[in-house]
Amino acid sequence: MAFLKHALYGLFARAEYLFEYAFGQRYNPFTWLGAFGWYFYWITAATGIYLYIFFDTGIVDAYASVEYMSNEQWYAAGIMRSLHRYASDALVVVVVLHLLREFAMDRLRGKHFFAWLTGVPLLAFIYICGISGYWLVWDKLAQYIAVATTEWLDALPFFAEPIANNFLDSTTLGGRFFTLMVLIHIFAPLFMLLLMWVHVQRHSSARVNPPRGLAIGTMAALLALSVIYPAVSQGPADLDVVPATVNLDWFYLAGYPLFEVVPGGRLWLYLGGGFALLAALPWLPPEGRKPEARVSLANCNGCSRCFDDCPFSAITMVARSDGRPYELEPAVNPDNCTSCGICAGSCPTSTPFRRAKPIQPGIELPHRTISELRERVMAPLTARGDEPRIIVFACDQGNADILGDETAGVRVIKLPCVGMLPPSFIDYALSRRFADGVMLAGCAANDCFHRLGNEWTMRRMARQRDPHLRQRVAGERVETAWLPPGARHRLGVALHRFREKLRGLPHE
Amino acid sequence: MNSGLRIVLQVLMYAAFAAGVGYLSASPAYDYADASEATIKLSLSHAANRVKPCVRLTPQQVAELAPNMRHTEECERQRLPLVVELEIDGAVRARIVAPPSGLWSDGPASIYQRFEIEPGTHTLTARLRDSHRSEGWDYTHTEDVSLVAGRYFTVTFRAESGGFSFR
Repeated sequence: MAFLKHALYGLFARAEYLFEYAFGQRYNPFTWLGAFGWYFYWITAATGIYLYIFFDTGIVDAYASVEYMSNEQWYAAGIMRSLHRYASDALVVVVVLHLLREFAMDRLRGKHFFAWLTGVPLLAFIYICGISGYWLVWDKLAQYIAVATTEWLDALPFFAEPIANNFLDSTTLGGRFFTLMVLIHIFAPLFMLLLMWVHVQRHSSARVNPPRGLAIGTMAALLALSVIYPAVSQGPADLDVVPATVNLDWFYLAGYPLFEVVPGGRLWLYLGGGFALLAALPWLPPEGRKPEARVSLANCNGCSRCFDDCPFSAITMVARSDGRPYELEPAVNPDNCTSCGICAGSCPTSTPFRRAKPIQPGIELPHRTISELRERVMAPLTARGDEPRIIVFACDQGNADILGDETAGVRVIKLPCVGMLPPSFIDYALSRRFADGVMLAGCAANDCFHRLGNEWTMRRMARQRDPHLRQRVAGERVETAWLPPGARHRLGVALHRFREKLRGLPHE
Repeated sequence: MNSGLRIVLQVLMYAAFAAGVGYLSASPAYDYADASEATIKLSLSHAANRVKPCVRLTPQQVAELAPNMRHTEECERQRLPLVVELEIDGAVRARIVAPPSGLWSDGPASIYQRFEIEPGTHTLTARLRDSHRSEGWDYTHTEDVSLVAGRYFTVTFRAESGGFSFR
């Protein structure tokens, strides 16, 4: 499993480097795959509603109504039909990439499991929607799908009579099964939307819309494709004629040729086993439970910043219970807390300037305390000659392993997420002369392992989000490196450049 | 970073994405069946006889039953498997033993199979056994049929209509 993750990680790192160059880090499409899934869903839904206006839901006239759309009304319904098909195909592409990428980045383990687990049935719904949609055209492809699907369904021991009999020949063709498909194609997407909503429930500030530029670019590409290469039918279905050759939509029907070589019952077993394995992946192998964030009411004034910043909705604000004159206090839901420490980074009491020893902030991780962080900053750091001393605050997920060389005046302090760093620590390290420069190394923009840690840190550094980095901190002594997976070399280069810059600054 | 190059790259990536989606949405073609062959579909669903025949109750036994539960025959639910044979030009092409459906093996047995066969005139014989007999058949139908390349020929069975039907 680890080897597979590592191999996929490497592949994504290479592909994303190219995309990052073309689109920039913030708009790298690979970091918006989930949002693209929503986007393609809405395109498919909107075009589907338009098509339904002209679609005849009876099996006799369905094909003719689709042909009317493609031929007589090619400029509107025809393009809508093509967009409907291509957006649903694109949905499969981004969803599969999204799944593989989350697996490669290991964003499914432990308490990350929820989105993964709720995403697994979504896969089935995508295919039910797609396959039932192809059925409705009632062309040769639809005939092939109808026969192959019902033959496969008949391998299940549920049906008293083979349902493939509905499509035995032209004399047995009835509209009831077709009507059922119409209903499935309407209601399955609605259930899918419900599941998509559940899928992001444990994510605060879930990203369900891609950036406008990417959305426009993708829509333009799909529209151009719809005009240049419109979706067409494959001739009317005739149940007396063998659909010997069909043009499959490989995004949805790639598994269909297996029906001819693997017995249906065995295929159901493989499919069920595959889904069960997918669903079990977050626990393979089981991961030890990480300690959840702990609230210290004696140091908490109920400011709600931890509630605002928690990326997994693990914190709720509840009525004060300790009698102190504040309205609210944070309550941590252990099932949702991923031990990222972002709440500690947002807490205004997590400041190393406090005289208390040890420092006890309003909220922090019990196994990675703010006091320990201060001790790591305060530990003497020496460099050769006049070389600048640099403290690098890096997240566990990043590429900072290559930098840990204290003899060269570089200290790497690793955090579960860079968002755990209260900005006051940067001020502290520089103003108390524990370092000549501070570097923050975290995940790439929009791609934080803990979802929002780098985003909040960037805003705190830009003094747009509490707690702010103080104005007195000299900007030239602080460097940031938000890098995608596999960018170790770039981190080394960034550190080297920062060191060069610090050498040119006057000694304080 | 050269913004012109970036824009060109973006356009190329969008184009590659659209081209990939467009191509795989309908290509490459898949050969599902050999168009030069005819296809026979054998499909039937039929309840075979019960494993044990029904036993007629005596009037005394019927009288002992609750008034709203009275019936004249006791039948065990389990049914026999169905045996079907399809012979083409004197050679047995398929011999299928289909178990009864249902948790208690009391439902109809179903058969659905497809066979590709050379087009032309063939002598088709379908046989079905749904009783306790160990030899011979309860239903048999033989017919010279003309099979056309690329078309389906169906063999179905309905006991109420007299047995097999070829079309």
